[in-house]
Amino acid sequence: MSVEKELKARRFQQVIMPHLDAAYNLARWLTRNDSDAQDVVQEACMRAFKYFDGFEGENPSAWLLAIVRNSCFTWMRRNHPSEVVAGSEAITDETTASGATILGVDNRELSSDPETLLIERRDRMQANELVQRLPAEYREVIVLREIEDLSYREIADVVGIPIGTVMSRLARARKMLQDSWRRTQAQR
Amino acid sequence: MDCTHAQALLSPYIDGELAVDQVAALEQHLEICPECRALCDAERSMSTFLRAEGERFTAPIHLKALIRSTIERKARSPFADLRFLFVGWNPVALAASLLLVVAVSSGATLQLMGAGGAGHEAMVAQEVVAGQIRSLLPGHLTDVASSEQRTVKPWFGGKLNFSPPVIDLASAGFPLAGGRLDYLDNRTVAALVYRRAQHVINVFVWPEGGDQQPRFEAQSGYNLAYYKHGGMEFWAVSDLNAAEFKEFIDHLRTASESAT
Repeated sequence: MSVEKELKARRFQQVIMPHLDAAYNLARWLTRNDSDAQDVVQEACMRAFKYFDGFEGENPSAWLLAIVRNSCFTWMRRNHPSEVVAGSEAITDETTASGATILGVDNRELSSDPETLLIERRDRMQANELVQRLPAEYREVIVLREIEDLSYREIADVVGIPIGTVMSRLARARKMLQDSWRRTQAQR
Repeated sequence: MDCTHAQALLSPYIDGELAVDQVAALEQHLEICPECRALCDAERSMSTFLRAEGERFTAPIHLKALIRSTIERKARSPFADLRFLFVGWNPVALAASLLLVVAVSSGATLQLMGAGGAGHEAMVAQEVVAGQIRSLLPGHLTDVASSEQRTVKPWFGGKLNFSPPVIDLASAGFPLAGGRLDYLDNRTVAALVYRRAQHVINVFVWPEGGDQQPRFEAQSGYNLAYYKHGGMEFWAVSDLNAAEFKEFIDHLRTASESAT
């Protein structure tokens, strides 16, 4: 056993392991099930450990999450290729303006009393379902923003896209959420 | 500012990511445009809702234990990459490979330390850690799940040729979770399982003469303790922090001494 390796393992445990819950949460949301999420996180952690020597950044959480999300998308391309939208930016641009106009009409009614809406008409199940229905690229940014509470800068680092793209993708994801929620309400 | 421009800025606005001058311009527009204001409220309320109600999944403890121990093995064993000989990430194969590595490295420890008591103790310690990891695999923790001494003690009755002391420490904050049979040091032993919050403590017990004050050590990120008392050898292992782990051992010893 070499002292260097031992130290590396120790440092890895101190620096990276505390972010395992965040890693698992992201993988769980992206793969949509527990056992695949566990596989992906294990694989990602082994990769992280392998490349840990090269890690000198200040944000171990974002570093680990970036590896996890890449492992997730590799996994999805292999197992559910239809779920991963290629060139999702095109969709963002195409629908933003018209989507906003349609939503505008409905949301006037919805926002009449947001507090009551929160308490009475939505529950956890619904929250999870709404997020679950988003395409993977949009689900990813919503989970990182709303559940992991990352800044745009951090999301950009994790996903590997420019901040401007984070902004448009989040905006688009939120419109999808509004739209999806509106449809759920209409069915009741 | 027109509505299209304003609506493009709503998302960064509610996230607090908008530059100050843009915030002012957007708020000016929201003052005069009820439609955009409504959209803004709806998006903000959705965001609040998801933050409050969206689930944050936490990693299962056995996953954490597996990753931690795999990292440890990689650091200490020249055979670390044996794991990759196994297909996929099947937890059973992973556990088997961990055990294999344990077996190989404890053999090395034996040679290094000589075949004396210390070498034997180191070997048992490794097996105890492996037992802890194995117990955390899904469905492996307990064969009899109960916090009742009256249920757990008789369960061992027909399965072992000795009667392990079964003590509930719920009053001390370490509730009994159950028991199972395990195989350690070439014999079938009793394993008692205790919990503290999300932490699991395994106590392995088998008959052994002599008296030994508790000895503590840390291995692979786990705390271990072993002692002999009343004709039994006890090995406890947990990822609990050292202070609480020692507290547990104190309670366990006190309770078993007063029971005998």
